[in-house]
Amino acid sequence: MSDALSRALASRDWLLADGATGTNLFNMGLQSGDAPEFWNEDEPEKIRNLYRGAVNAGSDLFLTNSFGANASRLKLHDAGHRAYELSKLAAELGREVADAAGREVIVAGSVGPTGEIMGAVGTLSHESAVEMFEETAKGLMDGGADVLWVETISAPEEFRAAAEAFANIGAPWCGTMSFDTAGRTMMGVTSSAMVEMVEALPNPPLAFGANCGVGAADLLRTVLGFSATGTERPIIAKGNAGIPKYVDGHIHYDGTPELMGEYALMARACGAKIIGGCCGTMPVHLKAMREALENREPGPRPSLEEIAETLGGFSSDSDGTGEDATEGRARRGRRRSKAD
Amino acid sequence: MSDEEDDIILSELDDEELVQQMFDDLYDGLKEEIEEGVNILLERGWTPYDILTKALVGGMTIVGHDFRDGILFVPEVLLAANAMKGGMAILKPLLAETGAPRMGKMVIGTVKGDIHDIGKNLVSMMMEGAGFEIVDLGINNPVEDYIDAIKREEADILGMSALLTTTMPYMKVVIDTMVEQGIRDDYIVLVGGAPLNEEFGKAIGADAYCRDAAVAVETAKEFVARKHNQMSAG
Repeated sequence: MSDALSRALASRDWLLADGATGTNLFNMGLQSGDAPEFWNEDEPEKIRNLYRGAVNAGSDLFLTNSFGANASRLKLHDAGHRAYELSKLAAELGREVADAAGREVIVAGSVGPTGEIMGAVGTLSHESAVEMFEETAKGLMDGGADVLWVETISAPEEFRAAAEAFANIGAPWCGTMSFDTAGRTMMGVTSSAMVEMVEALPNPPLAFGANCGVGAADLLRTVLGFSATGTERPIIAKGNAGIPKYVDGHIHYDGTPELMGEYALMARACGAKIIGGCCGTMPVHLKAMREALENREPGPRPSLEEIAETLGGFSSDSDGTGEDATEGRARRGRRRSKAD
Repeated sequence: MSDEEDDIILSELDDEELVQQMFDDLYDGLKEEIEEGVNILLERGWTPYDILTKALVGGMTIVGHDFRDGILFVPEVLLAANAMKGGMAILKPLLAETGAPRMGKMVIGTVKGDIHDIGKNLVSMMMEGAGFEIVDLGINNPVEDYIDAIKREEADILGMSALLTTTMPYMKVVIDTMVEQGIRDDYIVLVGGAPLNEEFGKAIGADAYCRDAAVAVETAKEFVARKHNQMSAG
């Protein structure tokens, strides 16, 4: 009955997740524009190596190479019909690597956004989104994933559609959103609003949190926002390894392994229980994060000032929570309603 | 909502009040009200160009500012743009007939290798909302497509978008090709996308990096005005 992640969460104070998928694959020769999911079939050894990179660096959990393995994204590569099989392959390779690790490693089936807009003026209906997520989810669970992991979501509608799809197949799951716009998701969701949404779901996730977004500092502000609600649900922090910089024709993330070690400690102190990286996070960063988490004492919850001092400043003054939230929207309101 | 909302009858408002009301209706994304407002102003003898600039663009400017300032977010902007589109559908043929001055024309698309188009679509909508003509090349554009399109369309602005750190360097390929062909300075080149920043925009030789769709509109207006000034001075 109990799944691998629930067991791990019950017995451990923190878990180290993995780092970037894309950044690592591009370093292995993936060309931009190509669907990384095709490599599950064409370059399985490279995908195993991607997973092994995280496992050997000390990750307790890694995400499968299936971020774009949904019908809507694959359609752009003329492979809209292959979501199930490519997802299944991603999880099978993950299972293989995890089972050979010699310790308990959790395979989390990555489910990325559809890339479509839902809601009032969107192009994707709730029903179609659920159907798409369910197809990917089935493939991942059939391939041997321990848990499903929807990530980088901006819209609450899309998060709920994924949750419904996972409920339909009765799978345990986690979910993270990307807070990249003035401390909110692109669709305006604040950290506290995400907690409310998550807790209102009929099948809430095992853990929830934030991934990607702007820099590590912004991500921790979001984590502080989660924990400030008093939620007892385990929190996930997967921040980018700094900010991308353009150097000599290439993109380079400026977060060093040492910095990511500090980030991991601060993430734990902010209340996160599952800690990992996102874009730019390589095995060398994960190793530094593991060392920091294992060897250094958990400190007190850091202030925003301390986070900014260690990890760099925030992308916006406010993130729409706490006292800022009372400002509300400067909506002028309809004159009609006032003119009675 | 309450019945009181229906108390206002748009056609009973004077021009100034009606325009204010249209600002609110755009802000709230009310398409039918915007269409009604446009038709009323036309009946009152407003030129299509005045309706566009004073009522619609004026209203979308407020939306753009609040989006820029983190007060409104994408869902509200999409609704507002949708309402704007309703008004534009009425005005577009009339604008062409009356030979109204053009705000400017922008060719836009995501760069080769990049299939992420939400940001680009937002910019297109906001630019249209600001009265610009948009030629949308869609996703995954090689350099030839951009260059053919800016020449063919006699565009003022080239907009390039990339979501991935792996695709953003391609923007430089496009700009370098424009330089080689000696046409770089004929166009305003704006770039945008989540992983970009101002430093990157400068490094690759773009005119400006635009943090979001609202900034793109402001920047486009500024550069087009500058270009016009240069032309009249020259």
